[in-house]
Amino acid sequence: MGRIVIDPLTRIEGHLKIEVEIEGGTVVQANSSGMLFRGLEIILKGRDPRDAQTITQRVCGVCPTPHAMAAALNLDSAFGIDDKIPDNGRIIRNLILGASELSDHVLHFYHLSSLDYVDVTKIKSYEGKDPFLTSIKNFINRGELSPFVPRYEGDYRLPDKLNEALVSHYIEALNIRRKGQEMVAIFGGKMPHNVGILPGGVASIPTPDNISSFLWRLKEIKGFIENVYLPDVIALAKVYSDYFEIGKGCGRLLSFGVYDLEGKEKDLTKRKRFYSSGRTDTSMTYSEIDPSKIAEYVKYSFYEDSSTARHPKDGITAPKPEKAGAYSWLKSPRYDGMVYEVGPLARIMVNYAKGNEKVRKLVDSTLSEIGVKLENMFSTMGRHLARALETKLLSEVMEDWVLSLKIGEPCYVPYEIPEESEGIGLLEAARGALCHAIRIKEGKIENYQVITPSTWNVSPKDDKDQPGALEQALIGTKIKDEKNPFEIVRIVRSFDPCLACSIHLIDARGKERTAFRIT
Amino acid sequence: MGEVLEVPAIWIQAAGCTGCSISILNADYPNIKNLLIDEVLPKKHINLRFHPNIMAGQGEAILEVLKETSTEKKGKYLLIIEGAVPTKDNGIYGVIGEREGKPITMLEWIRELSASAMAVAALGSCATFGGIPKARPNPTGCKSVGEILEEYGIKTPYVNIPGCPPHPDWFVGTLASILLMGLPREEDLDELRRPKLFFSQTIHENCPRRAYYDERKFAKKFGEPGCLYELGCRGPVTYSDCPVRMWNGRVNWCVGSGATCIGCCSEGFLDEISPIYVKLEEAEFPKEV
Ligand code: SF4
Ligand code: SF4
Repeated sequence: MGRIVIDPLTRIEGHLKIEVEIEGGTVVQANSSGMLFRGLEIILKGRDPRDAQTITQRVCGVCPTPHAMAAALNLDSAFGIDDKIPDNGRIIRNLILGASELSDHVLHFYHLSSLDYVDVTKIKSYEGKDPFLTSIKNFINRGELSPFVPRYEGDYRLPDKLNEALVSHYIEALNIRRKGQEMVAIFGGKMPHNVGILPGGVASIPTPDNISSFLWRLKEIKGFIENVYLPDVIALAKVYSDYFEIGKGCGRLLSFGVYDLEGKEKDLTKRKRFYSSGRTDTSMTYSEIDPSKIAEYVKYSFYEDSSTARHPKDGITAPKPEKAGAYSWLKSPRYDGMVYEVGPLARIMVNYAKGNEKVRKLVDSTLSEIGVKLENMFSTMGRHLARALETKLLSEVMEDWVLSLKIGEPCYVPYEIPEESEGIGLLEAARGALCHAIRIKEGKIENYQVITPSTWNVSPKDDKDQPGALEQALIGTKIKDEKNPFEIVRIVRSFDPCLACSIHLIDARGKERTAFRIT
Repeated sequence: MGEVLEVPAIWIQAAGCTGCSISILNADYPNIKNLLIDEVLPKKHINLRFHPNIMAGQGEAILEVLKETSTEKKGKYLLIIEGAVPTKDNGIYGVIGEREGKPITMLEWIRELSASAMAVAALGSCATFGGIPKARPNPTGCKSVGEILEEYGIKTPYVNIPGCPPHPDWFVGTLASILLMGLPREEDLDELRRPKLFFSQTIHENCPRRAYYDERKFAKKFGEPGCLYELGCRGPVTYSDCPVRMWNGRVNWCVGSGATCIGCCSEGFLDEISPIYVKLEEAEFPKEV
């Protein structure tokens, strides 16, 4: 029996440790030690509820925008104005969130993931005239290859032309993702950490110049997605088609839905959204979600067993670092006691199952172009594909949204902070289902809880010993070369885990080592 | 073709949120490709050896890179630190990798790497002043990089570049000044070791809404014209050039978007700024404003 430990696992958001046991070349056990210590929730206690927008964005500087949104929805509901947000405010929020998602997905494919498939060093012998590739060639010839080496060696199988195209697009994508961030700033002031999304709506107002400057950046990114990003993912998927069989995962998907198309329905899981909420699995039947069925389990987490099986609203954080058998500071969120994967794959497949025509058409035509089946979406490559497909759909619809803004109409509604109240904010971050919940007492935050998407995906085993979604995706994987376990890092990165600022924690005896987020 | 000077750089992420890294990726002229791939200035190339989000490698191999750089390039590399440094319980709240089966804390890495660096850049409000991780009740005993250097008597010169996140120009400009003119001179830094170039005036001094303030025309709710003072703007107590530099390709900035300055560059971010949307006392404004 062999053991592979990857610590730190880079090119994700944050610092994660993966440990697997190998028997006869196959992964039989996987521990993903992502530890989410919510120091941030402690810092939130006793503060003005409105500070949550600022503080929770600092959970993650890569995806701060969904936190700003979840905080705003959460506070809207706690302040009793969740059905009063003006249309302009709702639309500008969608634009800020959408822009950051476009930027984030492009970053994920090219800058975080593609180096597992693309061989930058091959550009040494490039002979063409592409300015990006020429500068990479000069770079290689100077002899200092970091940050592109060290790396895993071996399975780089792209044909030269495609490899060159992807290296060139790696550079072009840096500019594209930057423009996505500029779009956030147009309505949100700055990025990372916008100041524009507020309870009550947004601070900015639409003007003809910010509408057109947003629109033309969007058009440029949309062109990149259609002509570069999606074709690149498809081309890569064809060469690495075995990854449609690798990293299948738990086969159950859940989404809270995102991008409000109306603002009157108070139950966020019932609100009409561009991506609907719901659940599905490999049978591709659609079911609704009932947030009251979400509970967090702690058998393998460093918390008192008495705090297990609680709904996030009544969540207790009772740390017990010396707990025997525990290996993670993440709790294990489960729906109706079952393991679910969240993220772009969940959004696409839930909406496919629900009968969303646009989603169905795009998914079906893309899969037939590659020559794989719908069931192959549950895989490493399927996750990359889902991310690219939803980016395409989003960039198309955002054009309509920005043009539907009404100049001169309000974007913000004033409110009073109640002495006592509760709220909940549910939506999809780029990486999946995100939940913020608040309890206000004497006008101050009494309790604030955050469940991030990666908590669902990267969670440890639960009270029924069911491994988390990522762990399940790793178990059963054949590792070709234990010194260069490409399979593991490719599976992990396909989930786009977001443990930004996650760090390691040891218990007082220095025995257990795990990763957790300190925010 | 003459020799190209390779300037090695190591980027450590401590207790932060990765937002500083993402912000620096937003650099435009020079952009991140110019910085890492091209000669950022003629015959000068930044050799970024360690960055958790960018580098290709993982696991033990990349920890070797840190070890190698600190010994073989002793006194010759730049150390960039993003995030505050957890110190409670010997810093066990923050560990990067392990050595002979024992975890290495961020505190250890930072002590070791900063002692043998040519210079240290504390990047972002967490590294500079402690930022949000250090906010009340400071659950993991976070300290700023400067506090750590002082505490352990490490004499390596350092610069503070605040901001949550910092503007890419503030980082790139500091880097360029080191490459062009050598280590920052004491007279170019203020008493908080910030480059005077970017942090010598308050937001309020350069704010386009200043005329409204002087006429006492205040916005009563978001979306209205007028000075945002009564909505909680921290521009009067925050030093940085945001109003003139603007953010993200100069498309906008906080007050420009109709939101208040939340004082993210300020030494007092978060505890002296929070509650963020409550009006400041004018008595708290610095005198020169
Ligand atoms: S208080 Fe804020 S909005 Fe008003 S002039 Fe000063 S910096 Fe500008
Ligand atoms: S305007 Fe204020 S809050 Fe905005 S980036 Fe500058 S210092 Fe930070």
